[in-house]
Order: sequence, then C-alpha cells, then structure tokens
Amino acid sequence: MTQLRILVNGELRQVSGPATVADLLRHLNLDPRTVVVELNRQIVRRPRLEETALAEGDTVELVHFVGGG
Amino acid sequence: MNAGAYAYLSGMTAIHSELGTDLPLTIGGRSFRSRLMVGTGKYRNNTEMARAIEASGAEIVTVAVRRVDLDRTKEEGILYHLRPDEYFLLANTAGCYTAEEAIRYARLAREAGFNEFIKLEVIGDRETLLPDTEGLLTAARTLSREGFAVLAYTNDDLITALRLEDAGCAAVMPLASPIGSGLGLLNPYGIRTIKRRVSVPVIVDAGVGTASDACVTMEQGVDGILMNTALAEAKNPVAMASAMRLAVEAGRLAFLAGRMPRREVAMPSTPETGMLE
Repeated sequence: MTQLRILVNGELRQVSGPATVADLLRHLNLDPRTVVVELNRQIVRRPRLEETALAEGDTVELVHFVGGG
Repeated sequence: MNAGAYAYLSGMTAIHSELGTDLPLTIGGRSFRSRLMVGTGKYRNNTEMARAIEASGAEIVTVAVRRVDLDRTKEEGILYHLRPDEYFLLANTAGCYTAEEAIRYARLAREAGFNEFIKLEVIGDRETLLPDTEGLLTAARTLSREGFAVLAYTNDDLITALRLEDAGCAAVMPLASPIGSGLGLLNPYGIRTIKRRVSVPVIVDAGVGTASDACVTMEQGVDGILMNTALAEAKNPVAMASAMRLAVEAGRLAFLAGRMPRREVAMPSTPETGMLE
C-alpha cells in the first residue's frame, strides 16, 4: 500500500492507495449525492466516482451549493 | 420586441388585467407562478432564511457553488435548510471575474443534477460589482451552446441586452442598481427600453431595497425581480418578504391595468356642473 499525496480543496491530504474518488469521499465522510467532484479540472460524473482512480499529485475540488444571491 | 409581438402581448395583458390575473412567467421552457425570485445569501441564520423565502412566495431560489468545508467547522450546505423539491434552484456564478471561471462554475452547478439553468455573472469591478460585458457575452455564447438556460446578470444597457439575447440567453437580468446597494431603480427608462426591445424575459436583478422599489420596478413592465439583500438585511426578513411579495404583485397588476396619463395640470374628479347659485 502506498500513500498518495492529493490536493483537496487547496489542502494537502494523504490517502492510502490505490484509491478511487469514491474512496476519498468515504474517507472525508461526504455523501456523493451532495457534492460535485472536479479532478484535475475535469468534472467526474457521479456514476464514474467508483471507477475513477486517484494518482499522486492529483488536484481535487469538492463543491456544493451554499447561500448566494 | 417587434410591433406584432407587442400588440399580441398588449391584447393578452388586457384580458388578464380585466380578470385581475396574470399569465405565468415562462423562462427557458419552464413556467413559474411567482414573479419574485430570491437569493439565499447573507441571512443571519438558516431558519430565518427558510421562513423568509416561504413568506416571499418565490419558486426560483438562487444558490452559489463553493468548496465543501472539509473540517465541517462552518455551516453545512444550503440544501440541508432548503428542500430542493419545494423550490427551483437557480445556481449563480457570483464571484467570477472571467468568462472561463464562470463557465467552470456553471458546469459544476449543472453537475449537481437539479436543472440546466444558470444565473450568469461575470463581474468586472470589485467596488461596484458591475458586469464585465465582454466576458459575459463570451460565457453566455459558450453556455447557451452547451444547452444551459442562461439568465444573464447585466447592466441597464440596451445594446448589451440585445447581444445577450442574440447569444442565446433564456432571460436578461439588468440591474436596478448595484448588487447589495439597496438604491432602488436608478434608470427606469433604461429598463423599459430593454423590456420593449428584447423578446426573452427581463428579470430585474439587484438593487431593490424596499417594497416601493419592487413595485415601481414591476410597473415598468418587466417580467420579474430577483432580490437577496433587501430581505436578508431587513430588520425583519420574514415581514419584508411578505411586503415584497405584495409589492411585486401590486406592481405587476398596476402595469397590466395600465396607468392613467400624467398631466401637468389638475383635472377635477368631481363634476363642475350642478353647483349652487
């Protein structure tokens, strides 16, 4: 098992590899139905979260809806 | 709007004003009862926000796309406080200063899976938050091509509104006055001109401060109003939301009713005949 260093929402995080985007969401205790994922500037659609692997140095953005006008 | 369309609308509005009712508002192929749209930002707390939105009678409610707080030290997402099956969520691209950034936010918003509507903002200046019309047009073209129903936040300039319509926007959203200023409708002529010339719905967005502002804005004949700060920063947001609901309805009905002409001289409303000798 290797440690993957990943930038998640601008913060450096370590996850045990091999890992998928879905693993990362579980690790962060996030419900995939409530977040949208961008991996290296590409949106990862929900059905593909389980099959999309993370790699060392990846940049992940996790967004959701907040209050706004 | 061309003369034929204007005559058609006048005919329809005449029928509906006689009945004291209105047509639904249709944007991007979807119909809405309420002509008041509200934001979800800047409320003191989420309970007050939910109650104010309910009191406003709004169906379309705006939200923003931001990073999830990984440490959960701050508030949870807005959907914990607002049932998405009760409202039509309109995501915005607030805070975006380039077309590229706004397009990125719009795509993320659509991926959330609620609808294809986007309230497009491309801001050009931090002090006034006025739109960058060049970036706005670029983003509007791209997003419209990608199948978004683009509701474009714009200034009170006719030419920009016309170009946004050409770019495929589902609605144009000229400002009443700068975002969060509460200065009311600064350029009624500009807004009326946009409404007269543009075929897609015109929703006035930003600057309404109190109920009279909303009423005067609707009296210009626009299709709706979007507001946030006027409710969130009122001493009593729930009461202000009720006032805004009534003001938008009153202004709309007054427009449909057709106001009396303005005169520079008085005209008695009581008969001048039959007076005593």
